[in-house]
Amino acid sequence: MSFGSFVIRRLGASLIVLVGVSILIFGIARVIPGDPARIALGPTATPEMVEQLRDRLHLNESLPIQYWEFVKGVGGGDLGISLYTNRAVTTDLAQFFAATFELVLVAAFLMVVIGVPLGVLAARYRDGPIDNLARIISLLGVVTPSFVWAIFLMLLFAFLLGILPTAGRLSESAVVPASVTGMMLIDSILAGEWATLWNAAIHIILPATALSLSGIGQAARLTRANVAEAYSSQYIEMARAYAYSERSIAMKYALRPAMIPTLTILGLDFAAMLGNAFLVEAVFAWPGMARYGVQTILHKDINGIVGTVLVIATFFLIVNMIIDVVVSYLNPRIRLAARA
Amino acid sequence: MWIFGSRAWYKFSRNPLSVVGLGIVVVIVLAAAFAPFVTPYPQHARAFVDFANASLAPSSTYLLGTDVIGRDVLTRIIFGYRVSLMLGVVVLTIAVPIGVGLGLLAGYFGTRTETVIMRITDVFLAIPPLVLALAIMGFLEPTLMNAMIAVAAMWWPWYTRLVYNITRSLRHEGYVIAAEVVGASHLHMLLREILPNALPSILTKMTLDLGFVILIASSLSFLGLGVQPPTPDLGSMVAKGADYLPDIWWFPVFPGLAILVIVLGFNLLGDGLRDMLDVDF
Repeated sequence: MSFGSFVIRRLGASLIVLVGVSILIFGIARVIPGDPARIALGPTATPEMVEQLRDRLHLNESLPIQYWEFVKGVGGGDLGISLYTNRAVTTDLAQFFAATFELVLVAAFLMVVIGVPLGVLAARYRDGPIDNLARIISLLGVVTPSFVWAIFLMLLFAFLLGILPTAGRLSESAVVPASVTGMMLIDSILAGEWATLWNAAIHIILPATALSLSGIGQAARLTRANVAEAYSSQYIEMARAYAYSERSIAMKYALRPAMIPTLTILGLDFAAMLGNAFLVEAVFAWPGMARYGVQTILHKDINGIVGTVLVIATFFLIVNMIIDVVVSYLNPRIRLAARA
Repeated sequence: MWIFGSRAWYKFSRNPLSVVGLGIVVVIVLAAAFAPFVTPYPQHARAFVDFANASLAPSSTYLLGTDVIGRDVLTRIIFGYRVSLMLGVVVLTIAVPIGVGLGLLAGYFGTRTETVIMRITDVFLAIPPLVLALAIMGFLEPTLMNAMIAVAAMWWPWYTRLVYNITRSLRHEGYVIAAEVVGASHLHMLLREILPNALPSILTKMTLDLGFVILIASSLSFLGLGVQPPTPDLGSMVAKGADYLPDIWWFPVFPGLAILVIVLGFNLLGDGLRDMLDVDF
């Protein structure tokens, strides 16, 4: 299979899954017993108010027609009106998405720049102190909920040491840069506001670390396993026989093949991070999509919930598709095997 | 006892961490089962107010301190374990049979059955687990029962995928084909030939998952969408306590550590079982 047709096939598969996701989330919202309009308006609403809202949400139509209305809306970039903020769900999500995106990106970055070298060192010095440290970090990373990490980190760095802030994206005194990407770090660079850049950086470091710890553990564990396997391979024995330096063997022959499975895990970890963002944003009062999502859930805001889940699932599918394409580009065996 | 002399125990105990995991799980399960007898202040497990002893730091009277309305944190952690363990067992009791059943069908029959089941599984796996559980909770009243339904609804696809892969690899084993040739029914093939060989993997995954179900459920209640007060729950204790940082640090920190310990216990135990049963996934 050529690279181009692999990409097209992968795109098609993602689209099918996305349609499935929209049916699933739509189904959950409509099939679960109880009247969403009644739940959203609360027990004090009059029957007329409930009836009006049912009309507005197309709840009096048959399910397929409701789904069709919903798909038409989504196709036109309309996710309905949030019952919680009374604004278009798309407007709300556009406002909150960037903050979550920035947080997840920084967390993914930390996961790669800390997890991968840790795994390489652990494999290089097997059963030594670094290996044991990596083991402990992997284990603790996997078994500790990210909201618990968030609280531990906040207690240590914000309260005990007092070197990092506890909440938000910027201090009140900071100059807010013009919003271009919605991501504070990038916007402040574009605006040339270096003080704001620093301020945004010290605000994001704790939530991003809390979010990335389980990923760091997994990346380290996986990298270690793959690098260790590479070290026992014949091509490394060969390189040793040619008296290549240990350094160039590590960088050139051991790390490179180990990167591919790590990339795949990174894609899966995006799912975990997007979910855990709900918890971390809650602890650090991070004004992101996850916090908005929790509010829509608490307010039984049917359009808000459906919109948030749809955007998160789309984001997740896109990231995984990109990673699959990159991996198949790096390792042609994968797309050749896909033919079977 | 016979078990300590057996070969299985030898394999299990070769890694001391597995034994530590087993120890953690046994201690927690016993403490939770006999919570009314082993906790210092069982009456604090429910709605209870004692402002005279509110927000006390850990001491010999209150080993892990008291919360902001004067309830013993240790007592509430042990009762919280009770809720968590029950929740974990119920969730897996719902999710595992569904997931295993669908995985067997997809892997055994192949063709259209496989396509339909595995596509549905893909859809569920495309939504981050916690997000799916949260979305389901969005349309349900936040109660313990509903939290269990929400978590079970996101958990079964992992078993479908696991059992599907195992079934597909076993489908063409000699003994399976032999049974088919002598005219065994589909039911016999699935339940007597294939399922028993998938059990070690399923059991190992269930042990590991018991910890992770507890972790996800505590995340739901942390966000106020799971177990409701006054029922003691580790996640909601952390959430409530977080408002009182840093002064009353013991209120969120110890329940947080308690979650870590129980998940760690099941994780180490699961790893031990994996070594003992020789499964690989």
